[in-house]
Amino acid sequence: MSDQPAKMIPDPDGLNADFYQHLADGTLCMRNCDDCGVVHHPPRYLCGACGSEDVSWTPLSGKGRIFSWTVTHRPIDPGWAVDLPWATVVVEMEEGPRLVGGWRGASNDVLKLDLPVRVEIEKQTDQFALLYFTPDP
Amino acid sequence: MALPTHPLRGKAALVGIGETDFVRGADETPVRLMIRAAIAAIDDAGLERSDIDAIIPPPGYTSAEELASNLGIEDLHYAVTVHLGGASPIASLQSAAMAVHSGLAKNVLVVVGWNGYSAFRARPGVKNPRLGLDPGSVGNTTIDYYVPYGARSAAQFYSFILMRYKKLYDIRDEDAAEVALAFREHAQLNEKALMRGKSLSLEEYLAAPWIAEPLRKFDCCVETDCAAAVIVTSSERAKDLRHPSVLYLGGAEGHPYPADDITNRADPFKVGLSFAAPRAYAMAGVEAREMDFLQVYDCFTYVVLLQLEALGLCGRGEAGAFVRDGHIRLGGSQPINTHGGLLSQGHMWGMNHVIEAVRQLRHQAGAAQVKGAELGLVTGWGDFGDGSIAILGRDA
Repeated sequence: MSDQPAKMIPDPDGLNADFYQHLADGTLCMRNCDDCGVVHHPPRYLCGACGSEDVSWTPLSGKGRIFSWTVTHRPIDPGWAVDLPWATVVVEMEEGPRLVGGWRGASNDVLKLDLPVRVEIEKQTDQFALLYFTPDP
Repeated sequence: MALPTHPLRGKAALVGIGETDFVRGADETPVRLMIRAAIAAIDDAGLERSDIDAIIPPPGYTSAEELASNLGIEDLHYAVTVHLGGASPIASLQSAAMAVHSGLAKNVLVVVGWNGYSAFRARPGVKNPRLGLDPGSVGNTTIDYYVPYGARSAAQFYSFILMRYKKLYDIRDEDAAEVALAFREHAQLNEKALMRGKSLSLEEYLAAPWIAEPLRKFDCCVETDCAAAVIVTSSERAKDLRHPSVLYLGGAEGHPYPADDITNRADPFKVGLSFAAPRAYAMAGVEAREMDFLQVYDCFTYVVLLQLEALGLCGRGEAGAFVRDGHIRLGGSQPINTHGGLLSQGHMWGMNHVIEAVRQLRHQAGAAQVKGAELGLVTGWGDFGDGSIAILGRDA
């Protein structure tokens, strides 16, 4: 048994739970408006762009570009102390919405605006998976 | 032709102010601190506790009912709470103004307080208050989409927009430093400032450790235990009270879209204040540059820069150059946070900004007094960039 404190895994409900269920099943999906085609994240019940109630889950390409990031040097949660300093990235996906995820596959110094990246999904439980982004050469 | 006058303009007044000491390690619960601040504000107004008939508490730590029971207010007419995080106290002023102008209440207590140092994170021997802070609109998004990647604190999730802002507009480290240094200098004039007696140089700012890039230690406000309160009444009743009236000339709250996720906005720098400021100016019939002073919510230096643009004091990406030119220090064209702000007086949710604005307009701001101040504004910022603003004026 490790003494390392665990990182928190959320227990979402509603549409957030559905988002992570798709991810745990291996697919990054977002809510897509069947009428106007706008893709929404965080997931919404209605399409805020056109008002449609016909919104359904659709798979994403998994590709995007770095929109922003932060590198954390002080942990708030004890479970993260071993990762200092770590980068958390905001990625604008090809389909439009932005996602927050972890950064791996390259050093934090590589991060810059508009850097092409692709998603990697890492299953944690039957209901939850983590999103990581890595450079997409 | 005269411009149409907003029905709320100048109809309410801030007539009492009160605050506790700003300390690290208060031996009291938030509600005890809030009661102290409330009594100080009621006394300052020259009112009796029983004169208070409306209470606007913060979104956490207490309730209007608990406060009323302690203060002996047997007939509370109106109680409401604003859920905008750090933007709540200044947004609460518009609710208070509406309450007194409509006749629902005569004298409104707006109060906030917390153990921002002692209880905000686990420290040995400290027991957190049982009644916590309402996570409001940001709770689910933070826990489900940010915390799994180690981002739980405001410094981290604000950096999602601040890093992009810094990179897109080439904001210099020295520009953010100027915000920290200016407010630290102002804090030296404030007896209640936590950072009084602690000077800050550019070299110290740059040498300090990162917290969450682009934020260094001195970009972040100081965790504080404190409480503060304001009494709002009608401008008519204010004339009979002891201090020069400080009129609520205009104000607004603003919500970025969407407000419940800081990363998914078409324009990430269109914050709540971007929506609120034009409405407040129109209501008050004034412009940003007419202000004798501004007290701007300064949880982080870069958040001040964003708000200077949202206020219309400078264009997109120009706030760095604006502060570089020395505008924001006492003696500059737009002195900001003449009390030291959250960065150097202490984190009192911006209610210390309201109190300083009232002191300035009463001409009771001591060494920090802006000579002949007649008009000033206060901003609030909370959650994922919710905004609030109040434009205050000395009654002629």
